Amino acid sequence: MKSTAKILLSIAAILLFFVFLYWAQKNLDPYKVRILNLCAINIILTLSLNLTNGFTGLFSLGTAGFMAVGAYVSALLTMPYDIKTMNFFMVPINPVLAELHAPFIAALILAGIVSTVVGFLIGAPVLKLKGDYLAIATLGFGEIISVVFTNTQTITNGALGLKGIPQYTILYWSWGTAVIVIIGLMMLLNSSYGRAFKAIREDETAAQAMGINLFYHKLLSFSISAFIAGIGGALLGNLISTIDPTMFRFSLTYQILLMVVLGGMGSITGSVISASIMTVIMELLRAVESPMNLGFISLPGIPGMRMVVFSALLIAVALFMRRGIMGEKEFSWDMLFGKGAGRRESA
Amino acid sequence: MNLLEVKNITVKFGGLTAVSDFSLSLKKGEIVGLIGPNGAGKTTAFNAITGIYKPTSGGINFGGKDITRMQPDKITKLGIARTFQNIRLFSNLSVLENVLVAHHLRLKSSFAAAMLRLPGYLREERAMRKEAEELLGGLALSRFMDEKAGSLPYGQQRRLEIARALATHPKILLLDEPAAGMNPKESHELMEFIEEIRDKFDLSIFMIEHHMQVVMGICERILVLDHGVTIAEGSPEDIQGNQKVIEAYLGVETDA
Ligand SMILES: Nc1ncnc2c1ncn2[C@@H]1O[C@H](COP(=O)(O)OP(=O)(O)OP(=O)(O)O)[C@@H](O)[C@H]1O
Ligand SMILES: [Mg+2]
Repeated sequence: MKSTAKILLSIAAILLFFVFLYWAQKNLDPYKVRILNLCAINIILTLSLNLTNGFTGLFSLGTAGFMAVGAYVSALLTMPYDIKTMNFFMVPINPVLAELHAPFIAALILAGIVSTVVGFLIGAPVLKLKGDYLAIATLGFGEIISVVFTNTQTITNGALGLKGIPQYTILYWSWGTAVIVIIGLMMLLNSSYGRAFKAIREDETAAQAMGINLFYHKLLSFSISAFIAGIGGALLGNLISTIDPTMFRFSLTYQILLMVVLGGMGSITGSVISASIMTVIMELLRAVESPMNLGFISLPGIPGMRMVVFSALLIAVALFMRRGIMGEKEFSWDMLFGKGAGRRESA
Repeated sequence: MNLLEVKNITVKFGGLTAVSDFSLSLKKGEIVGLIGPNGAGKTTAFNAITGIYKPTSGGINFGGKDITRMQPDKITKLGIARTFQNIRLFSNLSVLENVLVAHHLRLKSSFAAAMLRLPGYLREERAMRKEAEELLGGLALSRFMDEKAGSLPYGQQRRLEIARALATHPKILLLDEPAAGMNPKESHELMEFIEEIRDKFDLSIFMIEHHMQVVMGICERILVLDHGVTIAEGSPEDIQGNQKVIEAYLGVETDA
């Protein structure tokens, strides 16, 4: 297939998808719309983590922490003055923050930027070192951020969290962002910088010997990843309208990590597929946590069962499907219409 | 003037002195060999020159710049490229991509310009692709262009590693046992190939070899390491007749 034909086909597919979203936003019940929103947000988060862990060979565990930063930034920028002061009844809100207000688009971008700055501050000292110190540092960061947010009461309202965040995250926002992230990452990863990231993943020593500045490229990848995760967190906060520091713990990162591994480390389309499927499965699995009546026997609801099933899945993937759904491959139109015709054109 | 000047470098790992008091001067266009038995410190000397290890003492000067404590990527940018003893390709990237990665160090466009495919970046990308394809063509690797580097036959992998190093536009090429695992005929062809690229790319070459015979033909000078100590330096004829070298190589000679 000609590459212009492929681009047209992709544009057509995206347009068709947005027509579907238009229909879904009007006609589906709120619960289904919420799941669709969660799908998009999980795609964004999975891609963020795949950029570092799958494409650059870094082992980051900071997703939940960056989400927390993004969610709080966006919440504080979009909540109206009255709701803010109502939330902060124990300790009053910092007066400067109370007055701050921004449109949703600006809030999202600022959420990303603040998250990037935090990512830069963690990444800069750690990525100078050789070896997997990033995993330890980001794991610590994730735990520390929830402690910090619990204690910065004039900014975050501490353990009480924030309630009544405007629910601006509708399908156009969540999926619009997801599509931009997908396309943006594809363009980045197919560029010379993307090749440098992959070279580092393949063999750090050889990459450096070929003149690649390891520190710069690792920090670049990690910062972009933090930017995306911050926006993902912001979309989530403005979807569920209530956030508190305990939400953003390691188990959240773990879920996203599972989606990355399941989709295939280093596959964008794999991440999209696995994040969508897993989001739906996670919702269906709510059933196993509620009491069940199978006619002949009734089972009590077991809280936490979802995570058990989830973990079993991770083990199964590790044992039987080590490379995930897509491996490192990408879905392409050629794949759909059979190879042959224009193979060399993928270059 | 000497292009590369290594002055009395010593590399220690804890109590072990892997290389002691090693010196080398390399002129433009020269091919110099470094030989020695297993564990003599040859690769360690390479790693010190390319910045992977920092020498415990001594200094390295390249083209008038002190590179003793520079990061490996900076050294490569200045013009010293290398291959590895145990091939280190980017196995899951295509052959073409392996070479393109080595062009990245000259890229002027920012990551944002690259991501947005701005005209300036597209021009750079086109130019590097063209050059990479030509280079691969010249090394008879064209037909493997889109294959994964890791799936290539061994001999082609060695060639690709040299191609990748050449793509950084080096002034000096360091080759760590390029003929390892090759039979005498293949080794001989490789040596001719090395002379060819020296002339074509205007290089100086410093190469490690385990077996003296392989490098006899093309090296103007040979250094011999044994237990980290330079026990001889001179023309191939001098080295061949050197008593110390024969002793160091006793037992190794037979399988050459
Ligand atoms: N990173 C390291 N840490 C500790 N010891 C090392 C390290 N690298 C090399 N050595 C030791 O230094 C000595 C020299 O090793 P080197 O690899 O330089 O030898 P070589 O001449 O390249 O040998 P070969 O012909 O087997 O490649 C060996 O005793 C080796 O065990
Ligand atoms: Mg060696």
